Amino acid sequence: MIPWLPPMLEDLFLEAAWQTLFMVGAAAGIAVLFGLPLALLLHATAPGGLAPSAAVNRPLGLLVNAVRSTPFIILMVAIVPFTRLVAGTSIGTGAAVVPLALAATAFVARLFENALREVDRGVVEAARAMGATRLQIVAKVLVPEALPGLLAAVTVTLVSLVGYSAMAGAVGGGGLGDLGIRFGYQRFMPEVMATVVLLLILFVQGLQSLGDWLVRRLGRR
Amino acid sequence: MLDQTATALAPAPAAAAPAIRLTGLTRRFPGAPAPALDGVSLEVAAGEVFGVIGRSGAGKSTLIRCANLLERPDAGRVEVLGRDLTAEDEAGLRAARRGIGMVFQHFNLLASRTVAGNIAFPLEVAGVPRAEREARVAELLPLVGLAEKRDAYPARLSGGQKQRVGIARALASRPGVLLCDEATSALDPDTTAEILALLADLRARLRLTVLLITHEMAVVKALCDRVAVLEAGRVIEQGRVFDVFTRPQAATTRRFVAEVIGDEIPPGTLAALPPPGPGEARRLLRVLFAGPHSTRAVVSEASRRFGLDLNIVSGRIDAIGAEPFGILALAAYGAAPAVEAAIAWMRGLGLAVDDLPWAEGGA
Ligand SMILES: Nc1ncnc2c1ncn2[C@@H]1O[C@H](COP(=O)(O)OP(=O)(O)OP(=O)(O)O)[C@@H](O)[C@H]1O
Ligand SMILES: [Mg+2]
Repeated sequence: MIPWLPPMLEDLFLEAAWQTLFMVGAAAGIAVLFGLPLALLLHATAPGGLAPSAAVNRPLGLLVNAVRSTPFIILMVAIVPFTRLVAGTSIGTGAAVVPLALAATAFVARLFENALREVDRGVVEAARAMGATRLQIVAKVLVPEALPGLLAAVTVTLVSLVGYSAMAGAVGGGGLGDLGIRFGYQRFMPEVMATVVLLLILFVQGLQSLGDWLVRRLGRR
Repeated sequence: MLDQTATALAPAPAAAAPAIRLTGLTRRFPGAPAPALDGVSLEVAAGEVFGVIGRSGAGKSTLIRCANLLERPDAGRVEVLGRDLTAEDEAGLRAARRGIGMVFQHFNLLASRTVAGNIAFPLEVAGVPRAEREARVAELLPLVGLAEKRDAYPARLSGGQKQRVGIARALASRPGVLLCDEATSALDPDTTAEILALLADLRARLRLTVLLITHEMAVVKALCDRVAVLEAGRVIEQGRVFDVFTRPQAATTRRFVAEVIGDEIPPGTLAALPPPGPGEARRLLRVLFAGPHSTRAVVSEASRRFGLDLNIVSGRIDAIGAEPFGILALAAYGAAPAVEAAIAWMRGLGLAVDDLPWAEGGA
């Protein structure tokens, strides 16, 4: 499969690739699930929004910023009790998803919020003038109008998650990054390191191209 | 043209309660030195097209946004179709807004929806079933001349086409009144003319009640029955378009009117005229001919009857709706009593004669 690697490492690579895919996919899925409502809430409660409320907006914004400004490696360790609560363990690929998802949620929420802010205020106003409810405005105006921006935000988040997932080795999460560090760095196998980097580049390129293609498709309307 | 009997625009149906009644609207934005609206009251009768004109910052957008409570006035009442919107709760307000169409300067179409999807939007919001929505869209598309563009996205449309979509969308739920916020201001002159013609046509066919705001007198002239002039948040003048156009009172109104009537005296014209002879008076008169008078006949007859020299320094013949009118600026030379007699005679014919200061040289 990968000619320059000893066959014994191939299984490890396969497993590591699968772990990366799982961590990135699961974390991204959770992040979108929680990040979109969070972004909508931030957007709606902002001054001039659909339901302005400083009492909701400010603490929420602070929380998101706090998560975002904590270096991931520290966040991962700092929330171990929470991880144990959610995943039942603090070690392993599944457990690594928890901090990844948390970081990605805060990250994508801000990106989503920016995408929502790009929606023309006039269009929202037009919907209000037509008697749309706030829920209708969210579902029929804000989200569909912001869709290209939301998709671009998901792409950026996926790409960042690939990077973060490399640090998941610290909690035994495995994955390609972890493989690179354990074999490539600690056991002096540069060909492993090179292969990991190559695979990660291909992976990120693939994600980016897919994301761009989707955004372009929507943008063409 | 001026000899024909003026046929006035069909008067708005009498007696019925006004479709829109704004009373004492006041709105001061936080931190603003002056209120954007300062006690504005106006009434739009059912079937009438009412224009509000004003310079930039006069408060026009604030005013029209108050009419469906997109902007909540600090004080005053907003009654639309017999409903006091200021007293409605959220749900009542939404219901009321479904009966008020709105057209926007920048179209405000959903980029994520096709032309048909945009037009159906207000119906969808109101919970109209799909089949009914589609039928209504099919009805509206040809009405605004967009039958071929049903499935196009707004990004592929010209400004004029976008505004046609905006108009169709505003009419989709058969609103009792239509609000137009600078509907043609983002369009070039040809497209503006097209959209104005469309609105005029729709107005006639659907007997629409329209409140529109604009900063262009040409829009008022093309569409409106009555007009109010807004300045610094106050209505400084209002009346039938014909009256406001032919006899503007406030200085701001005169400037607006001059844009489209163009009856100002060309610079240098007055300076080139001879001084009055000994014992002669020299006056500058603005004579408005409305109704069944020919301009030329009146001028020559006044000249003959009163022994005056009448020098036409500017003139304009035009029509508003079906009402023709002419405006002449005359430099009159003659014995002072003869000039006075001539003025009285012209007024006796029903012409409006205004004295202009000689120096001003403008209407
Ligand atoms: N949301 C707002 N917050 C603060 N001030 C505002 C707001 N909207 C309007 N104003 C102010 O109120 C005044 C009237 O504004 P408005 O937009 O109604 O004027 P307009 O007649 O529509 O002008 P234009 O022709 O430029 O659109 C202006 O001085 C404007 O700066
Ligand atoms: Mg405006």
